[in-house]
Amino acid sequence: MTLSLFALQLLNGVEYGLLLFLVASGLTLIFGVLGVLNFAHGSFYMLGAYLAYFIAGRTGSLLVAVLVGVPLMAVLGLLVERLAIARLYARDHLSQVLLTYGLVLLFNELQRALFGNDVHGVAAPQALAFRIPLGEQAWPAYRVFTALFCLAVAAAMRQVILRTRFGMRVRAGASNPEMVEALGIDVRRLFSSVFAAGAALAALAGMLAAPLTTVYPGMGESVLVLSFVVVVIGGIGSIKGAFLGALLVGLSDTFGKVLLPGFASAMVYAVMAAVLVFRPRGLLGQQA
Amino acid sequence: MSAHSLSRRTLLGAAAASLIARPGFSAAKAKLRIGLLLPYSGTYAALGNNITDAMKLAAREHKGVLGGREVEWIAVDDESDPAKAPANVNKLIAGEKVDILTGPVHSGVAMAMMQIVRQEKVLTIVTNAGAQAVTGTLCAPHVFRTSFSNWQTSYPCADVMLKAGHKKALLMFWNYSFGQESMAAFKEGYLKGGGSIVKEIAVPFPSTEFQANLSEIAALKPDAVFVFFAGAGAAKFVKDYEGAGLREKVPLYGSGFLTEGVLAAQGAAAEGVKTVLHYADGLDNAANKKFRDAFQKATGRSADVYAVAGYDTVNLLAHALDKVKGDTSAQKELISALESARIESPRGPFRFSKAHNPVQNVYLREVKGGKEVVLGVAMKDAEDPAAGCAMGK
Amino acid sequence: MIVPPRVRALLIAGAAALFLVVFSGDRFWLQFLGKTMITCIFAMSLDLLVGFAGLVSLAHAAFFGLAAYLLAGLSNHYGLVSPLATLPLCLAGVGLAALLIGWLSLRASGVYFIMVTLAFTQMLYYFFNDAPGFGGSDGLYVNDRPRLGPIDFGERTVAYLAIWIALVATYLLLLRVVRGPFGRVLIGIRGNEQRMRSLGYPTGRYKLAAFVLAGGLAGLAGYLDATLYGFVNPAHFGWRVSGLLLMTVLLGGKGTLHGPVLGALLLGFLEHYGEQVTTHWNAIVGAFVIAVVLFLPRGLAGLLRGARG
Repeated sequence: MTLSLFALQLLNGVEYGLLLFLVASGLTLIFGVLGVLNFAHGSFYMLGAYLAYFIAGRTGSLLVAVLVGVPLMAVLGLLVERLAIARLYARDHLSQVLLTYGLVLLFNELQRALFGNDVHGVAAPQALAFRIPLGEQAWPAYRVFTALFCLAVAAAMRQVILRTRFGMRVRAGASNPEMVEALGIDVRRLFSSVFAAGAALAALAGMLAAPLTTVYPGMGESVLVLSFVVVVIGGIGSIKGAFLGALLVGLSDTFGKVLLPGFASAMVYAVMAAVLVFRPRGLLGQQA
Repeated sequence: MSAHSLSRRTLLGAAAASLIARPGFSAAKAKLRIGLLLPYSGTYAALGNNITDAMKLAAREHKGVLGGREVEWIAVDDESDPAKAPANVNKLIAGEKVDILTGPVHSGVAMAMMQIVRQEKVLTIVTNAGAQAVTGTLCAPHVFRTSFSNWQTSYPCADVMLKAGHKKALLMFWNYSFGQESMAAFKEGYLKGGGSIVKEIAVPFPSTEFQANLSEIAALKPDAVFVFFAGAGAAKFVKDYEGAGLREKVPLYGSGFLTEGVLAAQGAAAEGVKTVLHYADGLDNAANKKFRDAFQKATGRSADVYAVAGYDTVNLLAHALDKVKGDTSAQKELISALESARIESPRGPFRFSKAHNPVQNVYLREVKGGKEVVLGVAMKDAEDPAAGCAMGK
Repeated sequence: MIVPPRVRALLIAGAAALFLVVFSGDRFWLQFLGKTMITCIFAMSLDLLVGFAGLVSLAHAAFFGLAAYLLAGLSNHYGLVSPLATLPLCLAGVGLAALLIGWLSLRASGVYFIMVTLAFTQMLYYFFNDAPGFGGSDGLYVNDRPRLGPIDFGERTVAYLAIWIALVATYLLLLRVVRGPFGRVLIGIRGNEQRMRSLGYPTGRYKLAAFVLAGGLAGLAGYLDATLYGFVNPAHFGWRVSGLLLMTVLLGGKGTLHGPVLGALLLGFLEHYGEQVTTHWNAIVGAFVIAVVLFLPRGLAGLLRGARG
């Protein structure tokens, strides 16, 4: 592999990883703070993508779709949390898993009933419909944009988590919910907002990805397992960990495809297993 | 959304029907039970729905009666899951006791189905799955296929590419049976014709992260690229191919599934992509025009290659069942009626080979102005080599 | 673990009813119930881990599939048809795999344990899907199904009987195990592993033993499935199957043994009849699952507990 090709694959891996981070960030938030294994995460991603298709199809603008769709999905997340998930905080985690699984089935049928079974395309915004040449290769500008956008979201999340009171409560809630409650902070409000934020992030990821992946039934499933892998590699509840984990997954998947094609499919899982051997709680998870 | 009304039976009803449908009893008057083993949920649901709706359309054109018997549809959602396939096949054969079994979409499901069907000897029409073995090593007298074999949708492209002067090709495909058989067929023709393969890139199925491999292609600079992808993955591939700047630089060829059903989603990225398939939306013949109009009217969707298979299946059955006056127990006569059938399908002239696979033209198509334009016939009367099948050889 | 008399009566009645089906000779019901019984064995084996040892494993599908492929390999390549040869070999193979996977996975705990088991089942899925010579995504036929003299286990009625015997035997075995000292230690570990360790129990070894036993029983289910259908496919592996099984156990009520049986039976019938009502039958299953979670905290088995809270 020449140096320039290596550099290019490096960029490919980073770009893929950044998008993965956006998808997984909501999951690690929910996982870390609420302790809920949210199987419906892929469904939020899918619903976001379908909303993008629907709204952008009618208004001609992906931006409008995002501005309208993300708050909509946050509200949906809120409703799901209040009506279903909240009832299970007193019960064990597995009940929550089972509930979110039931939700997945419902959301899948909802999607099919509303939008049918066909594959739909979503146009990238006109302003970004050009190509950026890189030597002999080229990259679509929209891809570069989404990568940069994910980076911006990561930075914004960092600011919120580290510098705001909400972020402080999130961090506290992630490490010790009982203490947080004892300190008089409304844990229920916190959980609701975190779940809503997680759902919104997943939907945002779906909307951004829609022009790249197209919109089709079952698109949430493929993303779900990968999100879990990223979160676990990074360490549950750690946004920074999810960021590193996503980059690691993106790079290993990219280079795996090119260097070890026969092994490529299992590569990501092998990487996760390897990380857990050395750091049983993930890269930046709370060490036992 | 599909508005097909499915007539279902409770198990009690099925038990009652099984008493009636015993051979020897006046079978001519009992309803003709046609089983549909197709995906109605999951990624392939669109195909399952199109095949079903086209079959029902054809049946309506025969006034709902085939061979003097009223048609009754019994559908089972196979979810394209091979692990559940044996149970689903048994639901249709042993539970609902269908007279004729049709389907499936997924080749893994087809393999499970073939094993049971070869023992139970129910008349079976494969309406999509292209696995070579179905009319190859596993061929059987009571099994017919009305769709295609994986070989037929790839082999003809070798000649096309060689004639266009592309002597060094790169292959990229999903690494599962459909992709593997497609590539094997393509290589067979391409290497024989003097072409050479620069590289074979097998993408894990169903991964849709192509960026890494596309960068490789740009660096390797082959004359042309031949690929196999289908559905949403194909939509993404074509878009990514264009996004990587390859569309103008390296001509893209593929088996027709690269664009079938996803052309709208691919948009301008698909311009100039050439594919080979035994059907094209724009085929200029009377049967196709009539079919497409009727399908559009009945379902509100455009017909596609999958629908054609369903349509032809029922038309062929109508022809054969008429010959035996609806007596499905007269299997030998039914089989020879099918074997001798020749119809004008929307895809062109259609007949079965000795191995019971379609003998059909394979067309070369190019995407121009967002539509599939037929450039010509890539291979006339293409007949699958039916490796391993002993029938009629 | 006390089995309430109401439940015991129900189980005996159920077993008797299932046994009587043998005489019906009905081609469909023998296969359908045979498959459902296999799922019951599969679910019970997972309950040992989830309900009693507190280990949520997503690797279970791997052992099911592995046994099925081993049978296919032994039959196709070595021409072994006697179950006296193939069954012990398949179980031994699966046991070994469970030992290895368990030993590696148990180094992690909690959610991380779950994810490592997931990783293994995915890797096995890709192995059997991608590696040449294993049939790939289309799967393999078991050319010669298990035969013992004149008894052909591939024959519908015989297979059904064999599965029925295996189901009853598995239940009784697991009942024995969870009631005995081994089971009690597992339950203790599930409640508070630290305390068990401080009491001197090598908890790691107990957990590993449970993992191997559960894996072996999952392998038994896979063996029976390959015998019943004569067809193996990579679709048997993968997280979806494991996930669905976990749902079945939770739905039925974990930690009861009969709960997962109920869950498997109910889901099987729900799918079968739901499909006849609407193409959106998945929504029915989804709504059902949610209803059970919200209103039946102990799963379906909770319905049978009656007055005893």
